[in-house]
Amino acid sequence: MKQDSSVPRVEIRINECKGCHLCVAACPKKVLTPSGSFNNQGYNYAKYKGEGCIGCGICFYSCPEPGAITVYKKES
Amino acid sequence: MSTNPNILSKSKAFYDEFTRKGVEDVITTHYCPGCGHGILHKMIAEAVADLGIQDKTILISPVGCSVFAYYYFDTGNVQVAHGRAPAAATGVKRARPGSIVISYQGDGDLAAIGTAEIVHAANRGESMTVFFVNNAIYGMTGGQMAPTTTIGQKTATTPYGRKAENEGYPIKMSELISTLNAPVFVERVSLADVPNRNKTRNVVKKAIQNQVEGKGFSFVEVLSACPSGLKKTPVETNEWVKSTLHTIFPIGNYRDNTANAQAMFKKDPSSNRDDVLKALNLLDRSTDYKTSVDKTKFTDQNVRLAGFGGQGILSAGSTLSVLAMYEGLETTWIPSYGPEMRGGTSNCHVRVSNKRIGSPLVETPNVLITMNGPSLEKFESIVEKNGIIIVNSSIIDKKVTRKDVKTYYVPLTQISTDMGVPAAQSVAGLAAYLAITKVIPVEKLEYIVHKSLKRKELAEKNIAIIRKVAEYINSL
Ligand SMILES: Cc1ncc(C[n+]2csc(CCOP(=O)(O)OP(=O)(O)O)c2C)c(N)n1
Ligand code: SF4
Ligand code: SF4
Repeated sequence: MKQDSSVPRVEIRINECKGCHLCVAACPKKVLTPSGSFNNQGYNYAKYKGEGCIGCGICFYSCPEPGAITVYKKES
Repeated sequence: MSTNPNILSKSKAFYDEFTRKGVEDVITTHYCPGCGHGILHKMIAEAVADLGIQDKTILISPVGCSVFAYYYFDTGNVQVAHGRAPAAATGVKRARPGSIVISYQGDGDLAAIGTAEIVHAANRGESMTVFFVNNAIYGMTGGQMAPTTTIGQKTATTPYGRKAENEGYPIKMSELISTLNAPVFVERVSLADVPNRNKTRNVVKKAIQNQVEGKGFSFVEVLSACPSGLKKTPVETNEWVKSTLHTIFPIGNYRDNTANAQAMFKKDPSSNRDDVLKALNLLDRSTDYKTSVDKTKFTDQNVRLAGFGGQGILSAGSTLSVLAMYEGLETTWIPSYGPEMRGGTSNCHVRVSNKRIGSPLVETPNVLITMNGPSLEKFESIVEKNGIIIVNSSIIDKKVTRKDVKTYYVPLTQISTDMGVPAAQSVAGLAAYLAITKVIPVEKLEYIVHKSLKRKELAEKNIAIIRKVAEYINSL
């Protein structure tokens, strides 16, 4: 899928997420949410609601897993 | 981070894959959901990558949940015994002064079993960066009380809650470390909420940057969530860290001398011959000493002298070291004896080399000088293949059983006693060793003895003993 780089967004790798939901609690725009589904390891992974991300990176620095979250800021 | 500044993703200071022994999954860490260790790892990785020091960073991982940090960081890694990270870090940094050494520890590791190591590394102002994860519990072993556990906190080992009268008070390590003069930077931070995490990122980077600039000891205490140990959800645990840990362990900077700190790279003391002899007050005695060893061709000497207390073992060993110093060689001498003075067993380790010596221990000697029976029995087996064993045949009846060493039986006690100086029997052993190997001419031993014994008559007798032994060896 081609992404529009002028729109910030967040990507959560389902199988790298441990379902701690610290990102959900930290997101200032409340655009992350528990998915209600379970990944490979059995965790209720977090997901992006699909819009509203401002690319602040707060979730990235709240997440304990090195590769679970990728944040695409707005390209300057 | 990815090289694109607009993308926040897995740091390049982490391995692409986290291959762990016996584990299929190579994409996630072993940490529990919501664990502060993971968050701190990301901040350290980011700082290492941003500072461009990944190739020279050496991470020392502890015992505790972060024991496996070496599976994640694509840097140099050493994993050490419980509590010893700052001691190992000291060795690594001193051996490799150009490296960036990060010592990473939990609160059981740093503030219980490792209290001595951290206090002394801090007190010496070792040039290292310490990250101390205070989660108020032993995570790895299942939630036992840590020194940082709060009063009233229930843990596996304090089921009624920690009581000050039984278990003491939570130890405040940042406060304690900041009573010492040497640390350059001491700060307590927290991972419990967004503003604190932002602050922590900067402090982590600064503490590493300090070391890059050669500024000495930096200590960062990180208040961190252990949801498994606390038996709460990750979000609840962070609330608890804020409401409870933040009040007991105040966030803030406890020391920042980075602006005035001089570069504190540890310098080796001079090993220049004259400097060494001068420091030991030996230079005046050695003005007419002519060195005779070709240092470029010298082979390492690892010597053990062994016997019983009173045979002069230790002083003979130190005489060999002094001789080595006169020759401008590197040398170490350490005694090893029981609690008894005379009457006990006694032995010493002497190393002589043309290079710097790492450890003074002589575990596999190439030369063993045995002055009594038990020492031959005890040490025969540790001698290097093709090594030399000198046996004091006046006292030892037993023969050496090994066939892969060269053995010399010399009546050392007899020769010295005949000259009226039984105390010189170990010096006689030394004379035999030099006469056999010629690593340093045996005449040089005469020089040392002549200069160090004040009573002229005694010195002459010693010299006569040395000559007798040399003749004995030459006649074999
Ligand atoms: C010499 C020794 N004693 C005890 C242990 C058992 N042990 C393993 S980890 C640990 C405590 C870990 O707690 P902490 O340092 O707080 O780290 P955390 O797991 O909370 O990150 C202990 C006591 C050990 N491995 N080695
Ligand atoms: S913080 Fe990370 S591990 Fe936790 S739910 Fe969010 S993406 Fe998953
Ligand atoms: S037990 Fe605690 S410290 Fe250990 S990984 Fe789990 S949350 Fe982290």
